[in-house]
Amino acid sequence: MNYTPDYDFCASHDFCGHSACPGCGEKILFRHVLDVLGPETMIVVPAGCAAVTDGVFPHSLSPVPYLHVAFGATASAAAGVRAGLDMSGRENVTVMAWAGDGATFDIGMGPLSAIAERNENVLYMCYDNEAYMNTGMQRSSATPLGSWTTTTPAARLKSEPKKDIDAIIAAHRAPYAATASPAFLDDLKAKVARARDTQGFRFLHLFSPCPPGWKSDPADSIAIARLAVESNVFPLYEVYDGERVRLTYRSSNVPVAEYLKLQGRFRYMPEEEARAMQATVDRSYAALKQRHEKSKMSS
Amino acid sequence: MKRVMSGNETVSQAVKLSRVQVISAYPITPQTTISEKLSEICGSGELDAKFVKVESEHSAMATLIGASSTGVRTFTATSAQGLALMHELLFWASGARLPIVMVDVNRAMAAPWTIWCDQTDSVAQRDTGWMQFYCWSNQEILDSVICSFKIAEELLIPCMVCFDGFFISHTHEAVDVPNQETVDAFLPPRRAEYKLDTSDPHTFSGGTMPNMFMEFRYKLQAAFERAQGVIDETYKLFEQSFGRSYRAAEAYFADDAEILLLASGSAASTVYHTIRQMRESGRKVGLLRLRQLRPFPTDTLMNHLRDGVALAVLDRNLSPGTGGVFAQEVRAALNRCGADYRVHEFVAGLGGRDITSRDVESIVDSLKNKTAAVGTINWLGLHR
Repeated sequence: MNYTPDYDFCASHDFCGHSACPGCGEKILFRHVLDVLGPETMIVVPAGCAAVTDGVFPHSLSPVPYLHVAFGATASAAAGVRAGLDMSGRENVTVMAWAGDGATFDIGMGPLSAIAERNENVLYMCYDNEAYMNTGMQRSSATPLGSWTTTTPAARLKSEPKKDIDAIIAAHRAPYAATASPAFLDDLKAKVARARDTQGFRFLHLFSPCPPGWKSDPADSIAIARLAVESNVFPLYEVYDGERVRLTYRSSNVPVAEYLKLQGRFRYMPEEEARAMQATVDRSYAALKQRHEKSKMSS
Repeated sequence: MKRVMSGNETVSQAVKLSRVQVISAYPITPQTTISEKLSEICGSGELDAKFVKVESEHSAMATLIGASSTGVRTFTATSAQGLALMHELLFWASGARLPIVMVDVNRAMAAPWTIWCDQTDSVAQRDTGWMQFYCWSNQEILDSVICSFKIAEELLIPCMVCFDGFFISHTHEAVDVPNQETVDAFLPPRRAEYKLDTSDPHTFSGGTMPNMFMEFRYKLQAAFERAQGVIDETYKLFEQSFGRSYRAAEAYFADDAEILLLASGSAASTVYHTIRQMRESGRKVGLLRLRQLRPFPTDTLMNHLRDGVALAVLDRNLSPGTGGVFAQEVRAALNRCGADYRVHEFVAGLGGRDITSRDVESIVDSLKNKTAAVGTINWLGLHR
């Protein structure tokens, strides 16, 4: 699955000047997503890393219109932008919500579910760095089990598994949903293009390494993102109409421990919990493969 | 053409005549029939608008913030808990200078649970940077909604049109519904100078540091300071087109009044009918009907004050710990102008209790007999 954009949109617009941390996954993702979407795009951004790193007024990195909105307002505001554009003859413009896991899994969950249920013609992108990183690494419902954050300290690590947002989106029968990673750019770009060209509600769940929050070396961000996919912690797949599943990458089944060991946030995880995580990942991946095979047969 | 309509149906007619392009709302009593009627006229194509049927009032306002940012005309309606749920985004709408128009059908705030009328819901939003208009008749609702779009779009300040739940929202009255051509001439399509536009991309409402933030607030305040001029000019144009005139506050029998009652909403109509009868028996009582909370009609108020007049403010709302909000505003306006009047503060009708002619008579009597308290709340009809 290869995709080559017509031109390098962001490079042609001097995409620079952000204030994100070194090794930030969000900015890498943003740049490549925007390359595919091109200039006929509008972006809706809630509070979060993308809100504070795009530049301080009057500066902004975005080569396309960029609308800041309140934390829990992303999905509804994006639907509003869509409605306004449709009522003013600008149906061709892509409306992209660009929100972190806090805005998506937690405070904006109700509105997200609502626009998915109404099948609003919005492309919702969640850059998932698995905690409230912008406010300083507090746990979100996207934080994995056994992870350290400032609100799940070593003495009481996160004791609940990550919320399965992809299953929730699938339950809304979204026309197109997918996971993607900055370590697999061709795969990412093909999915962005497919999402762009699909009508209705579309959801991309983007794996977004965060060196300060994950206590990892900025130079390892892409390696960690790659290991997340190769270990099946974050498998790459698409879901059509909430039913048909297509794995877009066959992983090499690297042990989960390889993924964990590059990140300080997992250093307090007890050994038996790491083993349990391997078992959980294996089970989920097997189920995913099964759905993939079943979808192949029925299509 | 005159038609008999409820207050809520009048709103939907005004929204249709104003050619709103995006509507978003969530059902709440007593506002709900506005949403129902608007769904009908959007669904049938009678109004070419998109009605976004959201899952909460927070999302209704968020949707309009998005839509209004694209340059289109937007509307919502709510009550009480719904308005409170929007609170965060009311600041966002005014800070982003979006000319959203909203109807608030006044309803008391729970707890305890209630659906009945008072103004505590909207007066509690006083500091969110929205203009607020208060109506006492269905005709005034229709006219105020149409005018609000023109005023909001000129000033880039969002606007709230408020009227009493049930007492007005569900009361049917004859309303002169203007024809579309006249409204079109008065209220042309919105022309947004700043909007989301891919051919002229900008970032809106981004992070702002202490060196710039205060200037945004100053500009909003400056817009409010010129608001009354724009409002008055709009009313002048409105009168030329429609033959009905409005002012920031309306005075009745005020010129020679020895006792002046200040009131808003449906309570003002009870005051009006009561003092009209009192006038027949020679009592010098007047009414100043407050139509605006923001901007507060300070100039109109000052124009109707005479030496020696006794002032009473009747509030159907309460800011616990202080008193009625209109009374506070009147005191602040007087103080700002260096005027030394005693303000007698009356609170009545909370949670939908009737405010009767007898209540109004008791206000007048207590001022005449100098038994009304000053500096503390005079409660009307309270079971102690």
